[in-house]
Amino acid sequence: MRELSLNILDIAQNSIVAGATLTEIVINENTKDHTLLIGIYDNGSGMTEEQVKSVIDPFYTTRTTRKVGMGIPLFKMSAEQTGGTFTIQSQKGVGTKIEAMFKTDSIDFTPLGDVSSTIVTIVSMNCDKEFLYKRVLDDKEFIFETVEIKKILGGVPLSEPSVMSWIEEYLNEQTKELG
Amino acid sequence: MKSLEELLAIKEKAQAQLAARDSDGNDGIRVVVGMATCGIAAGARPVLKSLVDEIAKRNVQHVSVTQTGCIGMCQYEPIVEVFEPGKEKVTYVQMTAEKAAKVVSEHLVNGKPVVEYTVGAVTK
Repeated sequence: MRELSLNILDIAQNSIVAGATLTEIVINENTKDHTLLIGIYDNGSGMTEEQVKSVIDPFYTTRTTRKVGMGIPLFKMSAEQTGGTFTIQSQKGVGTKIEAMFKTDSIDFTPLGDVSSTIVTIVSMNCDKEFLYKRVLDDKEFIFETVEIKKILGGVPLSEPSVMSWIEEYLNEQTKELG
Repeated sequence: MKSLEELLAIKEKAQAQLAARDSDGNDGIRVVVGMATCGIAAGARPVLKSLVDEIAKRNVQHVSVTQTGCIGMCQYEPIVEVFEPGKEKVTYVQMTAEKAAKVVSEHLVNGKPVVEYTVGAVTK
């Protein structure tokens, strides 16, 4: 993956497939420590201990069309190659928590890329699900919640092109405000 | 700055359009983008964005864009499938944002599939 935001798009799909009604995506950057934390937390079906072990194996997948699943292994690799860490915690019937910590001063750090575009894609393609996106840069932060946006929109879906454009510009502005 | 008031105005405009669309009762075209690990890594996100932007810009009605998992031909990703009621499915392969914009204008608006981008033409 050329951007970490593409890994986020990919990993968040797993939460959707696991039936999560709420998925939280957190990006926390600390410029002093040169760290970037990406967390994806869902309330989906969760996994057994055995399943957790096997998702970090590239030859495990839930898909039936092919026998190889690369999403988690790729994300794990992109974190660990910077000297960072990767953890996955899951409980059957409760949900899954994934955290990847990156060292941003590593030469092998993949740029974050266009996160706003990833968030717009996720929320607009899964209108019936709720998402919370939290972005932290040192001591500043902003939170974007689909629940709040849907209250304003009434029945108009997030997949409406004019709504998608608004969300993308809104997220870009909020990100810029962080500095 | 983008404000929530602005979003409220967008909502009111969209509601009127949605009501008009519903009353047409026309079966729409379905455009599906493969968005599994393979599709995303190959560049499916900008393809999806280009489709949506172009459809909005040209105000094309009766077209919905959705995503799906791995279609099974990872080497040809990004893949876009067009399902039109009463017609055979058209599968576009190795798509880019530019190609996607052309598919909107030629296929979705003018009804002529862009043959050179289809799986049949590319895999020959």
